[in-house]
Amino acid sequence: MGDISSGMEGNVMAVLAKKNESVEMRKIYCQTMMEMAKEDKRVIALDCDLTSPIGMTEFGNTFPDRMINCGIMEANMAGIAAGMSARGCIPFAHTFACFQSRKCIDQIFLSAGFADLNVKYIGSDPGILALYNGASHMGLEDMGILINVPNMTLVEPCDAVMLESVLHQVKDSYGIFYIRMNRKNAKTIYDPSTKFEIGKGLILQEGNDVTLIASGMMVEQTLEAAKLLAAEGVQARIIDMFTWRPLDEELVLNAARETGGVVTIENHRIATGLGSAVTNLLSKKYPVPVGRIGIGDVYGEVGVLPDLLERFFMTPQDIVSEAKAVMQIRIRGERFGS
Amino acid sequence: MNKKKVKELEMLAAQIRLETFKELTSLGFGHVGGAMSIVDLLAVLYGEVMNIDPADQDMEERDYLALSKGHAGPALYAALAIKGYFPIEMLKTLNQKRTMLPSHCSRVHTPGVDLTTGSLGQGISTGIGAALASKVLGGDNYCYCIIGDGECDEGQIWEGVLFAAHQKLHNFVLFVDYNKKQLDGDISTICALDNIEDKFNAFNWHTQRIDGHNAEAIWEAITTAKNQNDKPSVIILDTVKGKGCEPAEKEAANHHMMFPDNKANEKEQQRLEQVWETLAVEWRAM
Amino acid sequence: MSVLDHELRKLKKMAVQIRRDIVEVTAHGKGGGIHAGPALSAVELVTALYFNIMQVRADDPHWADRDRFILSKGHAYAVLYSALAEKGFFEREELLTSRAINSRLQGHPSYKKTPGLDMTSGSLGNGPACGMGIAMAMKKQNIVHRKVYVMLGDGECQEGMVWETAMAAPNKGIDNLVVIIDHNHYQSCGALDEIMPLYPLADKWKAFGWHVMEVNGHDMQDIISKLSAAKEFCGRPVCVIAHTVKGKGISFMEHNNKWHNGVCTEEQYVQAMKELDAQVEAIDAGLM
Repeated sequence: MGDISSGMEGNVMAVLAKKNESVEMRKIYCQTMMEMAKEDKRVIALDCDLTSPIGMTEFGNTFPDRMINCGIMEANMAGIAAGMSARGCIPFAHTFACFQSRKCIDQIFLSAGFADLNVKYIGSDPGILALYNGASHMGLEDMGILINVPNMTLVEPCDAVMLESVLHQVKDSYGIFYIRMNRKNAKTIYDPSTKFEIGKGLILQEGNDVTLIASGMMVEQTLEAAKLLAAEGVQARIIDMFTWRPLDEELVLNAARETGGVVTIENHRIATGLGSAVTNLLSKKYPVPVGRIGIGDVYGEVGVLPDLLERFFMTPQDIVSEAKAVMQIRIRGERFGS
Repeated sequence: MNKKKVKELEMLAAQIRLETFKELTSLGFGHVGGAMSIVDLLAVLYGEVMNIDPADQDMEERDYLALSKGHAGPALYAALAIKGYFPIEMLKTLNQKRTMLPSHCSRVHTPGVDLTTGSLGQGISTGIGAALASKVLGGDNYCYCIIGDGECDEGQIWEGVLFAAHQKLHNFVLFVDYNKKQLDGDISTICALDNIEDKFNAFNWHTQRIDGHNAEAIWEAITTAKNQNDKPSVIILDTVKGKGCEPAEKEAANHHMMFPDNKANEKEQQRLEQVWETLAVEWRAM
Repeated sequence: MSVLDHELRKLKKMAVQIRRDIVEVTAHGKGGGIHAGPALSAVELVTALYFNIMQVRADDPHWADRDRFILSKGHAYAVLYSALAEKGFFEREELLTSRAINSRLQGHPSYKKTPGLDMTSGSLGNGPACGMGIAMAMKKQNIVHRKVYVMLGDGECQEGMVWETAMAAPNKGIDNLVVIIDHNHYQSCGALDEIMPLYPLADKWKAFGWHVMEVNGHDMQDIISKLSAAKEFCGRPVCVIAHTVKGKGISFMEHNNKWHNGVCTEEQYVQAMKELDAQVEAIDAGLM
């Protein structure tokens, strides 16, 4: 089971507060891509006229033959990436999350997924992080669309430390991957020595009163919510479930058994996302109440982050309310003879 | 190309046609029209042009095929079986339970199939990717891609066309099976392509248009295409949907047909065998 | 002054006013960065459409007998919102709320939110198809004397969906559709010619069966002449390729792709306004 590395002492929250540093995710993305490209000639970057927003200008300058800017043609890019991987290349194909999913599901599904090829699709500005670009650019349902590609691994790293590790793992693992990433500033949650394993969640805080499962930018909101709950004597278990598929079922089931109630917290449409995956599992194997934080059946809107979090009921306060509601009706393990 | 070689390719085409027909009739139905119209092209590609070896399918310097009009898979399977990628008897299993020969091309199912297709418009992109990889990995592997004329309605085709020209992808050769029909009828009534050469020329491709059922013309056009190094090539093949298969040629709605009449099927099969025989006699006399 | 000269002068001054609005929002808007460069290259074109060519009613945005406009290059929302405000669809002051939360002026045009819009846009490539649909419906409803104008970016022509409509419209006899390409030679990441060149753009559209015209996208007289001709043209859809300059009208924004999306400092704002004031003077003096 993935876990914060030992070497950190005392309360996890205090340790995290020390690492309270914002890092531009796209810088790490570019650096890591360059590192991988230097070691491995098969690594290729593709983009749809968004090389600058994803911070890959330096990669393009350093490896001009391996930066393929397709222009504004997402479907073609998805297919080209698949075709190149059939020849043994390791393509990382980027565009905004909304276009990667909504425009390219057919191409990713068939040309890459069903063809069992080795392509890494990257979707940036996930969910409400499209901010001022508004509804047309908000990939609120990207994971929910791509989860329909049966052999696609779906990951959402929350900070630069995890992103770097995930990129290396993805590069070294054969298959179809989707990495959903914030491209701008993200608070560093993890110590650089942390070990991550795709498919394994991490427990950021132990607790037995309720489980909070989050990923990506919502990890930060969840940690804030946990502080608020702690002030009221509620000790939440926080899980960073950065891999949505394959879900770390053991971690989720243990948490459900031991805490009796779960809240899933996602920068994604509730109907088809992380909460949906958790609920699918628990309803079959260990039904407990599952609260949901995320986007409802609405379209996105422009705004700054604090306003959008409020608009879509994704603030720490909203998480706290949902946790309390779940705790009202939670079923402890002993009722089922644990 | 010497006359004897041309005859051999015609014989190969006849054999592919025969095996395709047997494949479809053993199932009882299939995408006969668009399969038959590319048979002569497949004969030239698999009989002469493509650098491939069924005994060494991963060889580094090999060529690739993207059958973007993936519903013509049965014709490709016939060509692959004849070439030795798998036993010819397997052709009878087209679309059967757990088959390795699904109706649309799948690289995970069928030996010899390079790229998975079926959703129109996608094969051009994966084919371009396969060709483009040579720029990164080295080598001059060619990728041949076959699209339908109706398939040119798909926007993704034009994304690929624009992209390949910008990349000067000389090792990508596209064939348009211009059989003038799509599923619902003549393309002229649904979405005409009008002057198709003008379109490709405006997108900066090396463009040729030939009789798509003439082996020599096909081979010459491919040679011409490969003799230039700064543009991707398109060869527009004037073809007949269902070509060479009498029940399909006679039928207006021949995109997909049922073959319920076993007697009629046998008769056509015998006729196709006879076509091959006649060519064989001519070849022996050369 | 002839009637035409008078009309041209009015239109040129309206273009300057729209540029003022764009700069104002770029400097003082509540919604963060504005795609000023792509908006500025389209100013004369949009001005001509809303203040000369198209029949629309600010007091009746849903008037059935109107011309329609789709800004398929939706990231140029600033020019469209300004034109709609100046036309009277809503108050000018509302422009400062562009891209802010709760605003009727969203990050990319949102059909039901903003008075005067005919379609949502933002995801490149979708506009022509929607335009063709509206045009087909108008034909069925016998609205034969109005047209649908769809503005594309040149980079947008890389999107396959554009070519689906390019293929389909002539086939279906859609001659009440006018596509206008804002050919400013840049896209988000840089020069068009470096990323994915489109040359020869006119030949491509001609090969797809369109009637193609080219226009100087900043010469109001040329624009009026060509768009008027496009308005009258029958038999085939029309593609107008407008040669423009990204960031046109503000010296430090012209040909400068940094202004694809950005915010003006106060100093830049002052300079821009000075330049625009000078342009008005030049227009009055008959020099522009």
